[in-house]
Amino acid sequence: MTTTTRPARRRPPGRPAWEEDPGVAGRTAKGTVLTAVVLAVLVPLWVVLVTSLSSRETINAAGGLVVVPRGLDLSAYRIIFSGGQISKALLVSTLVTAAGTAFSLVLTVLAAYGLSRPGSLFHRGLLFYFLLSFLIYPGLVPSYLVVTGLGLKDSLWALILPGAVSVFNLVVVRAFFQNIPTELMDSARIDGAGEFRILTRIVLPLSRAVVAVVGLFYAVGYWNIWFNALLYIDDNEKFPIQRVLQSYILAGQSPQNAGAAAASLPPTLAIKMAVVVVTVAPIALVYPFVQRHFTRGVIVGAVKG
Amino acid sequence: MSADQASRPAPVVPPEPVAPGPPASRRRRAERPRRSPLRARLRRDWPLLAMVAPGALALLVFHYLPVLGNVVAFQDYNPYLGDDALSALLASPFVGLANFRDLFADPAFWDALWNTLSITAFQLVFFFPLPIALAILLDSILSRRLRSFVQTVVYLPHFFSWVLVVTFFVQMLGGAGLLSQELRDAGFSPPEIMSNPDTFIVLVTAEAVWKDLGWGTIVFLAALAAVDPNLYEASAVDGAGRWRRLWHITLPSLRPVIVLLLILRLGDALSVGFEQFMLQRDAVGRQAAEVLDTFVYYQSIATGDYGFGAAAGLFKAVVGLVLILAANKMAHLLGERGVYSRS
Repeated sequence: MTTTTRPARRRPPGRPAWEEDPGVAGRTAKGTVLTAVVLAVLVPLWVVLVTSLSSRETINAAGGLVVVPRGLDLSAYRIIFSGGQISKALLVSTLVTAAGTAFSLVLTVLAAYGLSRPGSLFHRGLLFYFLLSFLIYPGLVPSYLVVTGLGLKDSLWALILPGAVSVFNLVVVRAFFQNIPTELMDSARIDGAGEFRILTRIVLPLSRAVVAVVGLFYAVGYWNIWFNALLYIDDNEKFPIQRVLQSYILAGQSPQNAGAAAASLPPTLAIKMAVVVVTVAPIALVYPFVQRHFTRGVIVGAVKG
Repeated sequence: MSADQASRPAPVVPPEPVAPGPPASRRRRAERPRRSPLRARLRRDWPLLAMVAPGALALLVFHYLPVLGNVVAFQDYNPYLGDDALSALLASPFVGLANFRDLFADPAFWDALWNTLSITAFQLVFFFPLPIALAILLDSILSRRLRSFVQTVVYLPHFFSWVLVVTFFVQMLGGAGLLSQELRDAGFSPPEIMSNPDTFIVLVTAEAVWKDLGWGTIVFLAALAAVDPNLYEASAVDGAGRWRRLWHITLPSLRPVIVLLLILRLGDALSVGFEQFMLQRDAVGRQAAEVLDTFVYYQSIATGDYGFGAAAGLFKAVVGLVLILAANKMAHLLGERGVYSRS
């Protein structure tokens, strides 16, 4: 992408002398908008978390979702982690996320490095081969036929292989590699290092930011996988967590089942909300550590790419 | 590749440095009459090729092979004609454009296309400008700590799956959700939000905004940070107020990014969040919630009519390609740089 963006400069703190003060009205308006935006994200998270930690009596007294916490009751989590379908799904999702992320990162980093040197053999052709996939994409039906034709139905590989290489991520990593001064690699080469050694000893240690961000993208993608599980996984022993969340909570909420769901509301609501919490938790826990790299790792990459 | 192969000393290439970049290679080509022979380049670059190979293979099998598999759109594909997909494909009879004829004669297809395009248009008006506005607002916040707190919070939902996003909306706004609960306690009858086909377009847009408003600001914030502050100072000295500065400096600075994102959105006009619609189609009904992607799924894999579904999918892919090429062309004509002006 071609955007004329110079690296973000650090602004001096405080208001520049030439800028008007926004005044009371301006401040109030800004504050209101920002508060609304932040609350729109935090309130649902809060309500779900508090309800999952509430006892049956508290939920009954509130008539459903609990906004103000009263006491702490971990029984919902005890039930979830006691080895039922939800424990199994969490295990499947963890496995797919860990294996998939590692696999994707290896493929992406290798290919990004292999494509990072203009003038190398077949460079333009290979780059075109990868970038063309942005413009020409297969539809759902042929992809389904290929994956099932390879015998991947009901295999967890069906959740990993089809999305193993994201060309977008590859472009981001490649752009980052290309920003590394070539002198570093040249000097290593003169010292007798091969390409693989240059990649692992010189390029990767300098690229932690972009590998962290792209790794997060992959991990989130694998953790969130739902539709491919709907397509390829029929065995509910192998359902990932999103698939369970959907059948357990959303399908239970659909109009036909609303009556049944309402009848059994108090005992199951805390459990349902606990499932939501354990689905959110890994993302919410990992993301703040990677967030500071977003602008550096992603914008630089995407904008320069 | 194994480590000992890779850590072998690089093939000795005499005095010239080993292809440090485009300028150098061009220079070398100019100095010498011919580029170095293929074998020498292969000996020099094979490790790079070996590194690209696994990724290229994955793309070949799971991207380009299915692209070729679109031939089923021209077939009366029957999965039971062979032991596997390939032999079934070879055994299935070709029917020319019959699938497309059926497709264009199917009113459900036109309904799905119409729903898709109206949702895209609606979101272009009511979603697209919001991240720009929020980015400008965030950029004007002086306290760095407040700014990064807001950013941390609003980026988060981008990483939630659609299953989670829809779950949150059901819990907050659904029939048994928090809003209904509070309204009932206050003596009102709660409105039907999650399953109302008439307001579905607003609902899906609200969900998309909730998920991606914050994430959408990143690219605009980066562009805003790159604006030369001297421009603002000079215009302020010349008497421009904050709205004039917004109009004459901020927005023009964002224009390349805005055009770029508009092109990408237009090229993707036929996609509107597949999983989001899959998840809500049953609650809201086909009339409002059937979009092209869900149409493809329900007409092919759900029913077994693969040829027909593939035709619908191929239609979408071809129109999408034409759209993005056209949008990019238009951007060039308007003097913008577009998506792929560079080599």
